[in-house]
Amino acid sequence: MIPVPPAIQRIPWKLIAILAGITGFGLLVLYSAAGGNWSPWALQQGVRFVVFLSVALIIGRFPIRIFEDFAYIGYIGVLVLLVAVELLGFVGGGSQRWLNLGFMNLQPSELMKVAIVLALARFYAQLPPGNTRTWTALWPALVLIGLPAALVMLQPDLGTALAICAGGVIVMFVGGLPFWWFGSAAAAGAAALPVLFSMLHDYQQKRVLIFLDPESDPLGAGYHISQSKIAIGSGGIGGKGFLNGSQSHLDYLPEGHTDFIFATMAEEWGLIGGLALLLGFFLLLRWSTRVALKARTRFGQLTATGLTMTIFFYIAINLAMVMGLAPVVGIPLPLFSYGGSSMLTIMTCVGIVLAIENDSKKQSSRLS
Amino acid sequence: MTFTRRALLVGGGQMVIGAALATRMAYISVVENDRYVLESESNRVNLTLTPPRRGWIVDRHGKALANNRVSLRIDLIPDRLHNKDMVLGQLRTLLRLDGDAMDRINRDLKAASGFQPVAVAEDLSEGDYASILVRLPELSGVAPQRGFARNYPTGAAVGHLIGYVGAPNAEEYQKDKDPLYITPGYKIGKDGLEKYFQPMLKGTPGAKRVEVTARGKVVRDLTTTSDIQGKTVHLTIDADLQEYVARRMGRESGAAIVIDCQNGDILSFVSMPSFDPNSFSDGISNSEYAWLRADDHQPLINKATRGLYPPGSTLKPMAAIAAIEHGVHPSERHTCIGGYRLGNRFFRCLGTHGSLDMPSAIMKSCNSYFYWLADRLGYDAIAPTARLMGLGEEFQLAGSSQRYGTIPDSAWKMKKYDQKWSASDSLNSVIGQGYVSVNPLQLAVMAARIASGRRLYPRLINREFKNEPLPFSPEALAVARHGMDLVVNGAGTAVRSRLPLDGITMAGKTGTAQVRGLGTGNGKSGTWKFRDHGLFIGFAPVVNPRYATAVVIEHGMGGARAAAPIAKDFMTFLFDREKAMEALDTFEASWGGTIKERMDRDYAAWKSGASSDPEPGVPQ
Repeated sequence: MIPVPPAIQRIPWKLIAILAGITGFGLLVLYSAAGGNWSPWALQQGVRFVVFLSVALIIGRFPIRIFEDFAYIGYIGVLVLLVAVELLGFVGGGSQRWLNLGFMNLQPSELMKVAIVLALARFYAQLPPGNTRTWTALWPALVLIGLPAALVMLQPDLGTALAICAGGVIVMFVGGLPFWWFGSAAAAGAAALPVLFSMLHDYQQKRVLIFLDPESDPLGAGYHISQSKIAIGSGGIGGKGFLNGSQSHLDYLPEGHTDFIFATMAEEWGLIGGLALLLGFFLLLRWSTRVALKARTRFGQLTATGLTMTIFFYIAINLAMVMGLAPVVGIPLPLFSYGGSSMLTIMTCVGIVLAIENDSKKQSSRLS
Repeated sequence: MTFTRRALLVGGGQMVIGAALATRMAYISVVENDRYVLESESNRVNLTLTPPRRGWIVDRHGKALANNRVSLRIDLIPDRLHNKDMVLGQLRTLLRLDGDAMDRINRDLKAASGFQPVAVAEDLSEGDYASILVRLPELSGVAPQRGFARNYPTGAAVGHLIGYVGAPNAEEYQKDKDPLYITPGYKIGKDGLEKYFQPMLKGTPGAKRVEVTARGKVVRDLTTTSDIQGKTVHLTIDADLQEYVARRMGRESGAAIVIDCQNGDILSFVSMPSFDPNSFSDGISNSEYAWLRADDHQPLINKATRGLYPPGSTLKPMAAIAAIEHGVHPSERHTCIGGYRLGNRFFRCLGTHGSLDMPSAIMKSCNSYFYWLADRLGYDAIAPTARLMGLGEEFQLAGSSQRYGTIPDSAWKMKKYDQKWSASDSLNSVIGQGYVSVNPLQLAVMAARIASGRRLYPRLINREFKNEPLPFSPEALAVARHGMDLVVNGAGTAVRSRLPLDGITMAGKTGTAQVRGLGTGNGKSGTWKFRDHGLFIGFAPVVNPRYATAVVIEHGMGGARAAAPIAKDFMTFLFDREKAMEALDTFEASWGGTIKERMDRDYAAWKSGASSDPEPGVPQ
């Protein structure tokens, strides 16, 4: 047997296979959505994937200490950027979510999804275990989550704000805060729903109402959900066949290459395609959950769990949305939807989890 | 370990949610698959209906009374109209649309949705149509169509017979819920035979299935089924005769019917003046409708079945038959002394005819003789014969609404006025005045029944009636026919209306019906509205009668003067067209042209008068 060189052995082939599988499937769907063309989406997405995968693999080589050390600074930096877009938007006289960096548009709120997890993980990693049931364990975390969430809500971007909260709260949960805190918070949240609802923008309120009854306005704001369900439902078990989706090709499905790409896929590939994609996501999340469980440090454990949740949140909310189980919130499907920002976030998450995995492997090999 | 436990809990929760999403997807794509496949198809495929060509209405020889002509039209497809203001502005300039039309289009566009076309203009000239066609690439949402419109080749001559078509209104759509009703260019029968035969004439619409994008761009045509034209309706009408009669009526107001004595076929069914059904089918303008409404000759009323008139002396041959059936011998004589004394009242005759037998009493139209008969027999003896002749009867006639008038008798008067029948009522009734009123169709049927001796029923389509023989003796019928022969060909009231033909003669009976009682003039002059009606019934040839007719000319001042000459000409037409046309050409030259030319001129004159001084009380 030919000995595999260690440098090759150290490359996470399995993970790359999962990521490439999901993205590759996505490229086929983008190819179809463009009417059987590699441009304008599939080719660019493919190139982007290669670049971001390399970035993830490089991040994976970083020692885990670096993330812990820079967690707070990074968090503050992203928070400043969030304030900056808010100010720019104020000056520009409208809502703005991104900063133009010349080569790409940077959405600081995307970075915040990662930064919040790192900051909270560091906070709970440093918190003495005896303090987890005290007020000290709670308020800094609430401030850390509350500030960016509020800024993102101002943009207004409900989906991302929820993603930030979800990532943060999961870190708090696995950080060991008392169970009943979450229970009572959930109860209080449910009670406060009407108040929160009244704070939403008109168009967001409308989206929520239409989500509750999409058929009430099939040609207006309920159009997205109705058309998406038609696309998925008409696909059936085996789909209409590659390049044969009428909903997407005839433009009935809005945002068929970004937020509603799952519907585009389901129309042509059917339930089988949907289950295959879910399997891919399951494998990815199983890997990162295992990394969390095997992590050597508490920071690693918390970070990996939080980032897993961030990835999961993307998937769950997007799928729930396209299947009519959640309001239209504008969250893309990780690795699948066309777009740089979300892929950057996901690949950063993957890179950090990879770093944690490498860290635990190093430790175990040293032990053995 | 708290962390491991909680991390597993989070992971488990994620798996549960993932499983729920998978289940949801399976539910949508498997359980609800049928429904969504259907919705996807209805998204993808757009169905447009093409209005079917309407069936023709043809005469007994297959000549078209109503057919279809090509109509160039422009519609708008709301879903494809992306730059509405620009497109409407262009259309307005190119087609010279006025403000009213633009308002209507905007209103329709607001109410319409999706692919339901909205009509912009119909019946465009080739030039206007071409001007749209060349600009089509920049006019998205504009759909030029080569459709069909109803056409009535003889125009006003068939107005009351055929009726007209029009766009369905909101109530009709609510009733039938036919999507075709809201397709521009589709017309349904609104009146007359067009309405009656609507189910036969309408045909089956064609359909065009195209694959369209969400923005309405047609990707490709899927299938096109062509329309199936409606069935042809064959009438008993003789189109040439129908047109001739209508034209021969000239400027008069009235009705003329010709019936085939062999089978009851209606050969001509004319009420004049009439409206041009072509105008109605194209959507009549308010002012043209107001013009028709304002005319005191009532062009909107079908006088052949809805006009009721005292029949006057036209009933005398019928009364003669009744008398013979009740034992009066036709050779019995009565002396006319210029009237008839009933008690202390003297009923006047128009002349002093001296001693008359029955046929000469008919010939001279002597009132005294028939007063004498009525006084002797009573009208209750005559009324049943009148009814057997079809008077007071409502016929089963396709597409007509009839007012069937009154043949009075003692029971009728008791019921209606709670009064006993008097001898003077009998005297008035026997000369077709008083309570008696009939419509022109009934008079024509009476003429046909006297001529044929059978109970003929009038028909416009091939419909079987028994047409059994009338229960009268051949002698009685012969006396009536003989009297009618003398009217035209003896020394009667209509000798000037003899047919100008060799070997073919016409029998007839004139009638003059008073419109008002005494005191409003003598009915022979003065205001048109108070003049006497002129009536004529007749048949030809006298031997083996083939055609029977009735003519009523409102306020024509007398049957011999107004009605009989018209009958003479159209009866001539049936046997010698050239001779009849010569006569007509002379008349039309003096009247100022054909019906259409006169109507166009009258309308123009009315419009110029109405625009400065609108007719008061004309409803819109």
